[in-house]
Amino acid sequence: MKDDIQTREDRVSNLKGLGSSRKRVEDARFTQGKGNYVDDIKMPGMLHGDFVRSPHAHARVKSINIEQAMALDGVVAVLTAKDLEPLNLHWMPTLAGDKQMVLADGKVLFQGQEVAFVVARDRYVAADAVELVEVEYEELPVLVNPFAALESEVVLREDLEAGADGAHGPRKHHNHIFLWEEGDKVATEQVLDNAEVVAEETVYYHRTHPCPLETCGTVASMDKVNGKLTLYGTFQAPHVVRTVASILSGIEEHNIRVVSPDIGGGFGNKVGVYPGYVCAIVASIVTGAPVKWVEDRMENLMATAFARDYWMKGRISATREGKITGLHCHVTADHGAFDACADPTKYPAGFFHICTGSYDIPVAYVGVDGVYTNKAPGGVAYRCSFRVTEAAYFIERMIEVLAIELDMDAAELRRINFIKKEQFPYQSALGWEYDSGNYHTAWDKALEAVQYNHLRKEQAERVEAFKKGETRKLLGIGLTFFTEIVGAGPVKNCDILGMGMFDSCEIRIHPTGSAIARLGTISQGQGHATTFAQILATEIGLPADSITVEEGDTDTAPYGLGTYGSRSTPVAGAATALAGRKIRAKAQMIAAYLLEVHDDDVEFDVDRFVVKGAPERFKTMKEIAFAAYNQAIPGVEPGLEAVSYYDPPNMTYPFGAYICVMEIDVDTGTTEIRQFYALDDCGTRINPMVIEGQVHGGLTEAFAIAMGQEIAYDELGNCKTGTLMDFFIPTSWETPHYTTDHTETPSPHHPIGAKGVGESPNVGGVPAFSNAVHDAFRPFGLRHANMPHDHWRVWKIANDLGLHV
Amino acid sequence: MPDKMHIQLTVNGRNEEFLAEPRELLIHTLRERMNITGPHVGCETSHCGACTVIVNDKAIKACTMFVAQANGSEITTIEGLGNPDSLHVLQESFREHHGLQCGYCTPGMITRATKLLEETPNPTEEEVRFGMAGNLCRCTGYQNIVKSILAAAAQMNAAQEAAE
Ligand code: FES
Ligand code: FES
Repeated sequence: MKDDIQTREDRVSNLKGLGSSRKRVEDARFTQGKGNYVDDIKMPGMLHGDFVRSPHAHARVKSINIEQAMALDGVVAVLTAKDLEPLNLHWMPTLAGDKQMVLADGKVLFQGQEVAFVVARDRYVAADAVELVEVEYEELPVLVNPFAALESEVVLREDLEAGADGAHGPRKHHNHIFLWEEGDKVATEQVLDNAEVVAEETVYYHRTHPCPLETCGTVASMDKVNGKLTLYGTFQAPHVVRTVASILSGIEEHNIRVVSPDIGGGFGNKVGVYPGYVCAIVASIVTGAPVKWVEDRMENLMATAFARDYWMKGRISATREGKITGLHCHVTADHGAFDACADPTKYPAGFFHICTGSYDIPVAYVGVDGVYTNKAPGGVAYRCSFRVTEAAYFIERMIEVLAIELDMDAAELRRINFIKKEQFPYQSALGWEYDSGNYHTAWDKALEAVQYNHLRKEQAERVEAFKKGETRKLLGIGLTFFTEIVGAGPVKNCDILGMGMFDSCEIRIHPTGSAIARLGTISQGQGHATTFAQILATEIGLPADSITVEEGDTDTAPYGLGTYGSRSTPVAGAATALAGRKIRAKAQMIAAYLLEVHDDDVEFDVDRFVVKGAPERFKTMKEIAFAAYNQAIPGVEPGLEAVSYYDPPNMTYPFGAYICVMEIDVDTGTTEIRQFYALDDCGTRINPMVIEGQVHGGLTEAFAIAMGQEIAYDELGNCKTGTLMDFFIPTSWETPHYTTDHTETPSPHHPIGAKGVGESPNVGGVPAFSNAVHDAFRPFGLRHANMPHDHWRVWKIANDLGLHV
Repeated sequence: MPDKMHIQLTVNGRNEEFLAEPRELLIHTLRERMNITGPHVGCETSHCGACTVIVNDKAIKACTMFVAQANGSEITTIEGLGNPDSLHVLQESFREHHGLQCGYCTPGMITRATKLLEETPNPTEEEVRFGMAGNLCRCTGYQNIVKSILAAAAQMNAAQEAAE
């Protein structure tokens, strides 16, 4: 093909590669109602499973009577712990090194705990039968407060041997799980004891829940004829589920196929392994029929995967000029009834030791005590890398409190403590190596964009007017500068059940110059089929539109650790680029052969190899693909395929500057976001449209968390927020409008320089909203008030400060 | 078990007659009985709107309507709004303006939006935000959904004017 009429720019834009706001290929099916989610799956003879759940937060199970339920027409089986015990499946290991009851074994430890599993012809019969199972309970004292739990004589986990070590070392008390420490405690305390200025605060990051619009579910189908188990499910990590299912069931791994079809949002909720999955598998083995289990919203909110619940006690020290000298943090972490954290790191508090944030802090210490209580287990990274959002909230609150202590502007305090551009790669006091950053530039751009000085002036005038009685509204300016740590991760820091957190990509180029790429990750709305094709288009010179991306079927996709913690782009994205480069290396040999020159005499140019110095002599990638299959090339195997497994050398460190301007009505506690500016730096930008969408979504989840969303319990352990009536999900009406912006500081160690973005807006958004509330009341003496800042709590701040008299 | 009753519905233009328990929820009738899986279940308590369908010209939440209440009605779901050869303007617009991510809320969103634009053909951003408040989305933050709907409205109005 020598008629090269296109310009080079045309050829680049034809590819729709890196940097293109390519429209999503997923959307055609979703907009026409043709997505394929788990609950859409129907199999011949399929049965439905439903749980009998505990109404009590702590009780002994005296007896379970299934007679009446079994007598109901259409009921096929009712499973209890007794039925699972012979299979050794009444308990299962958690991702955090603990174990968890699959069905209540003698007692229940949280409200909503799974007690029995009913299997019936359809979901109505199953629900009817759940009502007919009689369970006799003897109530036990309930512990919902982690501090009280550590003092209490009540033993929650009677299954654990008293005094024996847990998965993470010694346990101080029967309700204690672990103490984990990082940093130099002695040196930090010395610095704090001798500091010119010290600010102290206890910051609570309340319990919340990812609550994707689609709940968790599975369809398990055991084919007894050929011995194969097929498991469809809302799994953020299908390959890990296969391995876990194999270990638990004893079915050989090649006989298990796990498929994640379309997933209706995950946000961390769908990383863990839940009793419903195990029960559906067992029920399918027992009945010989496919069994579907899909939780309802109430079950979702009450029983699977809470997030946060961190009590963070901090001390931060500085010179009188505001240079931070040390940071000390102790966390009391409420893990609920079982330590079932979906933690992909080797550390029981995940990445919490990123809590020195964006600041050059010479010495620091963190200690985290994990505690059992009578609350739901889980502990997932709700749109963040595990425990990063807690860390970011903690440091961004501590900075604000320190600014009060120093009587300083919080923007200025941040500026003088930022890690400087020339300090990267930067070694943090708590052990992380930040890859790249340019914080000052981003900060200046953000402050300039919102006209920060004007805002401060307006705020001062507002305070004056308020004091004179001319207005009842206050103005808050919420600042945040966050550094994320994503891309779990280097096998040296990260694993799940011992499996290193690499990821993978396998590419096959078809003879006519189109391709299929399969990855170990799984999209839950992030648009992988669109964006990974773009990475590849740029790498191999075939249009993104000619590249199919497939994920989620363990029979076809290469092994990978899944999608969460913003790891897909940093890890699988890198594997994709590297697999593409392998393709290109082989294509170069083929091109050289076809052009009758030496390998080194051709070079890659957009979509072709050209002879150096003679650009009119070239072979397009399409031509090369064809030749790979139809020409016998000496010394080169036929075909054009590659696979790459990528273990990242380091995490990536996206960062950003968020500013929230909020109006607060002092008399009603209502808040209104007047402006929200979000600057993100996620390194190389693959698809700006998708990035912007991720930022909007993450900010909205942050808005929810900061301004009203929580999982709350009463003192008896009743979950008070089990429906969408009580659990705040903002609608289009309350949700603010966002302005997005960016800088671009590529990661030096990632093949294309990308860092990942999906979670940044949640990590940075929460402190931005929360700091805005605090900032509005700072002139009246507020230091800290815990989230969520719903109207009542904001009203209460004003009332406590005496602003209502 | 309650007695079954005879039900007749017209779903996306097709006549459907069957026996059902009166307590069967319309969303299950559509999804389980008829394999119309565009409308989804997000809560079963009328909060999320993922199950939105059109019943006799009104956008309703099919998770909180018994099939008995729907007896005799005409129902349109996302599957009946357009087809691959001729998409509804809103279906195009959501794609064009990145008004969806995981897609789980999308059928309900688009279905509700078709009614909104019939009721208010030329809405302001405020009217769209208010009119769509019964449909929750966990992924997009709504900004691009609102944009998609406003763009569709503009396009539909332009087409209308051109036709007149
Ligand atoms: S499923 Fe009907 S409103 Fe949520
Ligand atoms: S696109 Fe996922 S819930 Fe709306």
